[in-house]
Amino acid sequence: MTPAIELRATRRAFGSVVALDSVSLTIAPGEFFALLGPSGSGKTTCLRLIAGFDQPDSGTILLDGEDVTNTPPFARNVNTVFQDYALFPHMTVAENVAYGLRVRGIAAAERAKQAAAMLDLVRLGDFGARRPHQLSGGQRQRVALARALINRPQVLLLDEPLGALDLKLREEMQAELKGLQQRLGITFVFVTHDQGEALSMADRVAVFSQGRIEQLDTPRELYNRPQTAFVASFVGSANVVGREAAQVLTGRDLAFAIRPELIDILASGEPAADGYVQCAGEVVDVLYHGASSRLRVKVDEHTTLAVACAETAGSGVAGLTTGTRVRLAWRPEHAVQLQG
Amino acid sequence: MAGRAEFSLQGRRSFYFALLLAPPLLWLGIVYLGSLFTLLLQSFYAIDEFTARIVPEFTLATYRQLLTRPAHIDIIVRTLLMAVAVTLASAVIAFPVALYMARYAGPRLKALFYVGVMLPMWTSYLVKVYAWRLILAKQGIASWGFEHLGLMGALDKALQVPVVGGPSLASSYIGMFVVFVYMWLPFMILPLAAALERVPASLLQASADLGARPGQTFRNVVLPLALPGLAAGSIFTFSLTLGDYIIPSVVGAPGYFIGMMVYQQQGTAGNLPLAAAFSVVPIVLIGLYLMLARRLGAFDAL
Repeated sequence: MTPAIELRATRRAFGSVVALDSVSLTIAPGEFFALLGPSGSGKTTCLRLIAGFDQPDSGTILLDGEDVTNTPPFARNVNTVFQDYALFPHMTVAENVAYGLRVRGIAAAERAKQAAAMLDLVRLGDFGARRPHQLSGGQRQRVALARALINRPQVLLLDEPLGALDLKLREEMQAELKGLQQRLGITFVFVTHDQGEALSMADRVAVFSQGRIEQLDTPRELYNRPQTAFVASFVGSANVVGREAAQVLTGRDLAFAIRPELIDILASGEPAADGYVQCAGEVVDVLYHGASSRLRVKVDEHTTLAVACAETAGSGVAGLTTGTRVRLAWRPEHAVQLQG
Repeated sequence: MAGRAEFSLQGRRSFYFALLLAPPLLWLGIVYLGSLFTLLLQSFYAIDEFTARIVPEFTLATYRQLLTRPAHIDIIVRTLLMAVAVTLASAVIAFPVALYMARYAGPRLKALFYVGVMLPMWTSYLVKVYAWRLILAKQGIASWGFEHLGLMGALDKALQVPVVGGPSLASSYIGMFVVFVYMWLPFMILPLAAALERVPASLLQASADLGARPGQTFRNVVLPLALPGLAAGSIFTFSLTLGDYIIPSVVGAPGYFIGMMVYQQQGTAGNLPLAAAFSVVPIVLIGLYLMLARRLGAFDAL
């Protein structure tokens, strides 16, 4: 099957700053794909190149097998939901949504009909006559979605789509976006710096750092099998143990990462199960989170491990305070080996 | 108790507020609006034909005189047409300049453009008008330029056009029009550039993203969002042209303009009521213009 989007060795530099360093990437049709990374990692540059707002210095961009590297945005069958929504303030909501049809010369009656249907799809059927400034943030977001979808693009690009919304609305919109994508079957590519958002919505995630893709995987693989220290610490939280500390803890000269929730705290005198890696340390602090508590345990001069333990376990966590000596244990296969 | 304390705090705050606002409001109220009001009042006063003394008696005779004498109507129409032409030409010339300044020029070039646009405004207005008379004179640098470009024929043809033509550029309405446009162009460029600069880049990208070609983006997004700036600029060019009396008296054909009429009637002729009535004309015209601009939606994007 022809990929919906393909980037081949795409590079883009702004002066001496390399925003995107020879990135290659293939996105399948119908995929919900996330570009995840901190600010300045190249994820937004990548999105802008796909949309056509920017051209790469070298490399090739293909949409549905066709080279669009130098095709202007208006000639690409790709639509974008902007971070600030970019709704036209001088047009009504319905006019905004119908804009893509208007510039294609579709008759006014047909435009109005399709725009109304699109507004119904995003549950804003009664808002067509309003102006964008009369809507809430979440409503504007949905207008931007309807406007981008009316052209029936092959690919929908979303730039930090939920960044400007408050927490509750963000969770609602996550479910709504996911549902919309499944119903329409369009390829969605979205940029985010929020790993939770990427994990919960995307089929696959490309983690960007310093203009390169650190790892490209399904959310589950990314979380359970991070390949680099960067991914381990950026996606979810993980204890990244460097080579020297690993030598002390496990006797092997290999860097690894371990999730806080996979580390057990042993009750005093309790023996560790067979094959577990064990170590002892001193509690630095305890943060109570309701369902769980988060401890930091200093196991060595230079190494402090975060440990999360469920409150219901009855493992005597309640008695732990700063300075308590504890023993920790984990299954060796839970520790993920890192490259480099 | 808490309510009282709050009230007195509120009271004190509004007292300070009033104290702060009083001087500028008094200045605006008395010096600007007060004098304007007395001027309007004068236009309703009668004048003794024989002694030329103003009699504070209410009469509409001045306005009847203003609106029925063909010579007066000519002056109003002439001034209005010039103001419309100057405004249209300023808008057409200013738009590309403002667009380039606001959207395409780099920071250094942009600063250079701003200085370039404003620099002519720092020199004396009179010097510029007289300089233009020399530039446009029969033996002036303008006709020298036309001659060397081989365009003398075109210039002669333009000057032969009835009404707007004349013996030379300096003594024709064409020349006067050029000087007006030169003088007021910065007043069009600056608000227009400010309006264009406020248009977020993402709106233009969104338009292109949705399939609009550059020309469509310009018509559907840039132009409507620049309208408030265009309206502001045109109010400047329109009202400045309506009220000016120096340019028409230094450059151009001998026909009178509203400003010259006001100057003459309140000065040499000593007919203050008629001068006042004439100065009401631009106010009314600008009021009508604003209503029209509003009706056309020029302020919708504000």
